[in-house]
Amino acid sequence: MSSKIGRRTLLKTGLAAGATSIAAISCSPKQETSVNKSPTLITNKIKDVTLRFVGTGAAQNNDIRNQAEKDLGFKLQMRALSTGEVIQIGISQPKQYDIFDGEFFSLPLVFPSGNLQPIDVSRIKQFDKITPIFTTGELYSGAKVNTSQGTAPRKVMFVKNQDSTEFSQEPTNWATMIPYQYGADTLGYRPDLVGRKIESWAELFNPEFKGRTSLLDIPSIGIMDAAMVLESQGLMTFRDKGNMTKEELDKVTQILIDRKQDGHFRAFWKTFDESVNFMASGEVVVQSMWSPAVTAVKARGLPCIYAPLKEGYRGWGGGLGISKNLSGIELDAAYEYLNWVADGWIGGFLSRQGYYSSTPENARKFMKPEEWDFWYEGKPAATEIVDPYGEKIESKGAVRDGGSFEKRVANITCWNSFMQEQVYLVYKWTEFIVA
Amino acid sequence: MLNNKNLSTYLLVTPQTLIFVLFLVLPIIAIAIVSFWNFNGFAMTPGFTLSNYLGIFTSKVYLSTYLNTFKFAAIVWLICLLISYPVAYFLAFQIKSPQWQTIWFLICTVPFLTSNIIRMIAWIPFLGREGLLNQALMGLNLIDRPIEIFLFSDFAVVLAMVQLYCLFMIAPIFNSMVRIDRALVSAAEDLGSSSFQIQKEIILPLSAPGIAIGSIFVVTLVMGEFATMRLMSGGKSSSVGYLIKNQIDSLQYPMAAANAIVLLLLALIVVALILRTVDIRKQL
Repeated sequence: MSSKIGRRTLLKTGLAAGATSIAAISCSPKQETSVNKSPTLITNKIKDVTLRFVGTGAAQNNDIRNQAEKDLGFKLQMRALSTGEVIQIGISQPKQYDIFDGEFFSLPLVFPSGNLQPIDVSRIKQFDKITPIFTTGELYSGAKVNTSQGTAPRKVMFVKNQDSTEFSQEPTNWATMIPYQYGADTLGYRPDLVGRKIESWAELFNPEFKGRTSLLDIPSIGIMDAAMVLESQGLMTFRDKGNMTKEELDKVTQILIDRKQDGHFRAFWKTFDESVNFMASGEVVVQSMWSPAVTAVKARGLPCIYAPLKEGYRGWGGGLGISKNLSGIELDAAYEYLNWVADGWIGGFLSRQGYYSSTPENARKFMKPEEWDFWYEGKPAATEIVDPYGEKIESKGAVRDGGSFEKRVANITCWNSFMQEQVYLVYKWTEFIVA
Repeated sequence: MLNNKNLSTYLLVTPQTLIFVLFLVLPIIAIAIVSFWNFNGFAMTPGFTLSNYLGIFTSKVYLSTYLNTFKFAAIVWLICLLISYPVAYFLAFQIKSPQWQTIWFLICTVPFLTSNIIRMIAWIPFLGREGLLNQALMGLNLIDRPIEIFLFSDFAVVLAMVQLYCLFMIAPIFNSMVRIDRALVSAAEDLGSSSFQIQKEIILPLSAPGIAIGSIFVVTLVMGEFATMRLMSGGKSSSVGYLIKNQIDSLQYPMAAANAIVLLLLALIVVALILRTVDIRKQL
């Protein structure tokens, strides 16, 4: 793939070379450990290993690190960055990380760079516990998610063989990433300010909410939310919302620009906290949102609903990939970590903020029965529900918006995506923002 | 042959030169090189193409982003100048004691001791629909519903930028003004000049170098802005800086590099124009 050549040549060509390689070397403290590698020492030395992570905020978290270090005995170094930065580093700075904690939709960009090594599925002991959302994509017969559009994890989860960077549409023994978290995104709204139920994506463009709506300003995700809206309004149909054509992008952008110039949007958000503040301050009453943001608005004592919509959810999934630079004892440590992740503690932790575990049965062991019933079964909370840090987020009797795991995940109709027309998409999105 | 004095001069400029070459000149050259590379939608490949630049100059979207950037630079510059000149004049001429001048000037800088992100974000709860300002106006019965353009609008962007960058204008103008020989002003008064004439003939021309330096600061800072633009407009307005950031986030490095180079050249042209109008060396 050309990015591989591009990066290598970059290192050789141009005056950037010196600076880049110096930075890469100085940022890579693993030199010593990999020098004195000898098989006899492996068992003793795994505790000297430090695995360096690069990932987004959700799991680059001190509580997770501390628990993993306690259970595994070696060190982890976490680094929380934005989705875009993680992809950039994944592709252009392979020496900066050992474990790549990224989203599945970034794999068509990251994996062909050759910076990640295919993961030997037979070394993941609990692999069979991983939900079929990732492996076959078939949750249960007849579920909408089975035919979902976009970069569904099942499409990029496996490569053909150990030396391949080509995705396999059928499960193989070689995985690109081991999934651990995923979710179903939708619109959030303030029931007290809206005054009725929101049940369709089309409501985001309802003139009733003029000047009080917001869309997320991350081009590849924002455009999909917009596509959901236009499709449900009956204004457009798409062959694949996750891979729009130029004509489709033109049309979506034109409608978005008309709405914007009509004053329909109050603002656009890019970070989690912005979306929380828009909603909590009443600037916005309905907008695209992420699950923990809804939780954060509720934690401020304000009502906020993460609306189950009849057109379904936009899904996303995150997993862990292993750098191609790892071998020997460090690779063993990486596999140990992946096994630890599949074991469920982390799944229990992340479930408490509204995400789902890739090995739900295992996560269940680390959750109280009433927590499991609330988050996964869609049953009324039998006790107060607390977030991963022990803060109360739901009172007794509350029911999760959208209901059970089966109901929510089965209704994912498109996934966060990487589009072939990515360049054109960013261009058109800029046009929308400038207009 | 190098004599001692020459040698020490060279030694003195060495650290600065090294830093400049390593951290300014080389990166800019690297950016310039990358701006001619190809981009295939996933990754960049070395090569030579003008398409990144042609894209900028032939696209209505990019051109209007540039225009928008210039519009904000011009508005913010003008407002900063209109605020800074009287403030600097007050500090330099109305306050007689040098000690008090320093104290007042330091007071001007106090807000700048906090991070500029904090100063910017602080506007949001103040200007919002349910913010302090709207609540106060409604409480006084001056308006009956919140004024929305206070926040997430061009108005909010200009307001925040003026507040962020005004000091960069005040400081050099103040610096120029304190150096003006008071005898010139007294002489003009003795000869019967009106205070408007004194401003026009003496103070304005002699503080021009300060105005020029302040203008360079403000204009270049605003032209490179992206955070204020995004936060205060609520993402509804864009600048070249924000465009570059979006392109980098989408891994479109060659296009981002081309925009960076064009923006750099435009900023240099503006600086050159300012320097042509005013000889700032008078200052030194």
